[in-house]
Amino acid sequence: MRLEPLANPTLLRRTAPPVLALVMTVVIASTLAMVAGGDPMAVLGLILQGAAGSKFALLETLNRATPLIFTGLAVAVAFRAKLWNIGAEAQLYAGAVITVVLGTGALQWPAFALIPTLAVLSMLAGALVLLIPALLKTRLGVDEVVTTLLFNFIFLLFVSMLLEGPLKDPMGMGWPKSARLIPEARLPRIIDGLRLHWGFGLALISALIVWLIQARSTLGYEMRAVGLNAEAARFAGIPVTRVILKTALLSGGLAALAGFSEVSGLKGSLTLDLSPDFGYTGIIVAMLALLHPMGVVVAAIFVAGIFVGADSMSRAIGVPSYLADIMLATALLLMVLAILFTRFRVKRD
Amino acid sequence: MQGAEPAQTVLRLDKITKRFGALTANDAVSFDLKKGEVIALLGENGAGKTTLMNILFGQYTADAGQVELFGQPLPPGNPRAALDGGVGMVHQHFTLADNMTVWENIVLGTQGLWQGRLDRATARARITDLSERFHLAVDVDAKVGRLTVGERQRVEILKALYREARILILDEPTAVLTPQEADDLFATLRQAVAAGLSVIFISHKLHEVMAISHRVVILRHGRLVAERLIGDTNPQELAALMVGAEVSAPDVALATPGKVLMALDNVSSPDQGAAPGLDGVTLALRAGQITGLAGVSGNGQAALSDLIGGLITPAAGEFTLHDAAPPAWSPRAAVAGGVARIPEDRHKTGTIADFDLTENAILEQYNSPAFARRGWMNWPAARRFTQGIIERYDVRCPGPSTRIRLLSGGNMQKLILGRVLEGAPDIILANQPVRGLDIGAVNYVHSQLLAARDRGAAVLLISEDLDEVMRLSDVIHVISEGRLSPGFDRGTMQPAELGQWMAGHGFEGAEHAS
Repeated sequence: MRLEPLANPTLLRRTAPPVLALVMTVVIASTLAMVAGGDPMAVLGLILQGAAGSKFALLETLNRATPLIFTGLAVAVAFRAKLWNIGAEAQLYAGAVITVVLGTGALQWPAFALIPTLAVLSMLAGALVLLIPALLKTRLGVDEVVTTLLFNFIFLLFVSMLLEGPLKDPMGMGWPKSARLIPEARLPRIIDGLRLHWGFGLALISALIVWLIQARSTLGYEMRAVGLNAEAARFAGIPVTRVILKTALLSGGLAALAGFSEVSGLKGSLTLDLSPDFGYTGIIVAMLALLHPMGVVVAAIFVAGIFVGADSMSRAIGVPSYLADIMLATALLLMVLAILFTRFRVKRD
Repeated sequence: MQGAEPAQTVLRLDKITKRFGALTANDAVSFDLKKGEVIALLGENGAGKTTLMNILFGQYTADAGQVELFGQPLPPGNPRAALDGGVGMVHQHFTLADNMTVWENIVLGTQGLWQGRLDRATARARITDLSERFHLAVDVDAKVGRLTVGERQRVEILKALYREARILILDEPTAVLTPQEADDLFATLRQAVAAGLSVIFISHKLHEVMAISHRVVILRHGRLVAERLIGDTNPQELAALMVGAEVSAPDVALATPGKVLMALDNVSSPDQGAAPGLDGVTLALRAGQITGLAGVSGNGQAALSDLIGGLITPAAGEFTLHDAAPPAWSPRAAVAGGVARIPEDRHKTGTIADFDLTENAILEQYNSPAFARRGWMNWPAARRFTQGIIERYDVRCPGPSTRIRLLSGGNMQKLILGRVLEGAPDIILANQPVRGLDIGAVNYVHSQLLAARDRGAAVLLISEDLDEVMRLSDVIHVISEGRLSPGFDRGTMQPAELGQWMAGHGFEGAEHAS
């Protein structure tokens, strides 16, 4: 028995996996909620209400989705070219560090100049962080899965060192926490008085740009060619190594924007718990989106909704919010399984 | 060789039908095989030959119909039963362990698990006896890795005989052999038939079919269209039956060679894994001339093709394009220098399976001003370009946004032809341009190469099919272990002589020069 890809999946077959995965996730989550002693309908209802039941809840979900859109895009871009970037977490912190280093008073510029500068330099920092594993891959053939993954831990310790040392807030009463950004370095809110900030707008624009790059630019064409068949790409004259390095720069830069936007838009300072695994969750987001940049936006909002909703549900009726993690893991596994059954067929020899 | 006495029927296929989805691979195919008979199974690629043999061998289960071996129905879908029933198959790609000796390879798998030690002496004696009886000369103690392709094939046949095969199936056995080796194989087969074996010989080379078989069974689109005794037919009729229409080989007029467009002077390159690199190769590609490169596969063809295609640079020697050393040789430089490249493997290197026709058509020049400006693609222009190729090169497909994975090999190759020939290149590298194509597509590709030659292009045709090389080339070189023979003009070379060169004889300082 073996699997062979279907020649030309229909629209139904292409859209079925996410829907099937979602339905099955709900079924399994309900069962688990029952085991945990809750009424499944109430649990699901509360999650939905907590995620989108009010203006406040919805904006909270979008806020939480913002970094996930950036890391999801970073992963989607890299995976499309078969560059397995597991290190969005480190790149995110690289962006955050730059934002804090330059945004706490080092540059006393007006907001219209300071904010774009911080964004661009953050991207550069994230790009450089991914460039190292990418160079190791193209020059020496070192597996980037290993290097990018391990780099996360190294970089987190590096950030920890900075927060205990040079970046430590003198007024922070001993907490490992950076000084606060100056007001000119803060991303403004989209609507006055509500927590949603312009990082979300930037994320949407980034998704649009990434989609345009993939579909319309020569770089996007090269990235897809290298990802689908590097040997044919090389034969045709596509500079495979350069394309992989450019992909790394783009991917690292996108992940770093998550760090920039969290610090500048939401937190205002850097702590070690800036990212509750946004980098890794970005992988789930990208996979759920089938690596499509616009799909990333939808998937990120879905994932953020589950997290925000589960927190709120847990506060209300005491079913553990770990249900959110289980739902995400289930959704991802089911998605992969659903793809298997809709895009491939089992062939008996 | 037609026996006068009514021979025993050893194998009978009765209305075998096999469908794969909408495709009927075998449609009620029936024939029988007599003791001591060679049947040639003739048909184009995709005619259903391999499917039929896989059913016979138990690897597929037929949807309808029955196989009878020596009068007994064969249980379907059971390779073991076919083996035990005396069916032996020699595949095109050998299944031998390189690091083991000949006799070990042959014995492998025939011994029970519980049997602690091999009865080496008995096994060797039986193999030696078989090899003498069937004139399968091979050193039973040699490591298989050191054997030539022809010898390996003999080991495969010995393997089948050792398992007491009474019916031998040979799947395109001569595809990898030099003409001499093919003659040896035929001698062996005659020996085997005289000893009472029966043979099914799968091929699409007509002269071999005429030379070795008693009867020909012709398949077309899964159906058995004709059955002929070899005495009652001729190659022209067989070719017509095979393709369903009278075919004519391209009528090759003499070329008028012009100046040298690309030249290699004493060029060497490193080995590529197991395949040799180039070893002091001197070659001139002239305008208006097809240069044929004959040789057994894996003798440096890949290195030469990679060099001309821009994938590698020479380690030593001089390489000139249009009388000058090309700057920074790369695939892009090759395309820019007017080198059209038809790669050996259209699935792996020629196309990107999940790209559509448009994306594949512009693969070599996606960033030219015609298709891109300031880093942004002009997809409408690319689609128009592709539509033009589809029309001019007769690519049968639903449209330019079809994924190329869905096209047949012939149509895929036509798209590649269009891609590389649209810019009227003056050097054409055609590496195995018709491998795996049906006769219609083969003739199309050949006529395109001839047309390019006639408008003044220099063509290098690399092929393992000697017929193809001899039919099209104005000059023929033979490559062997990375060395290149001198060029032989059209008509001055006999296959036997080329075969000598292909086997490595005649080169200066060659080890086994005779």
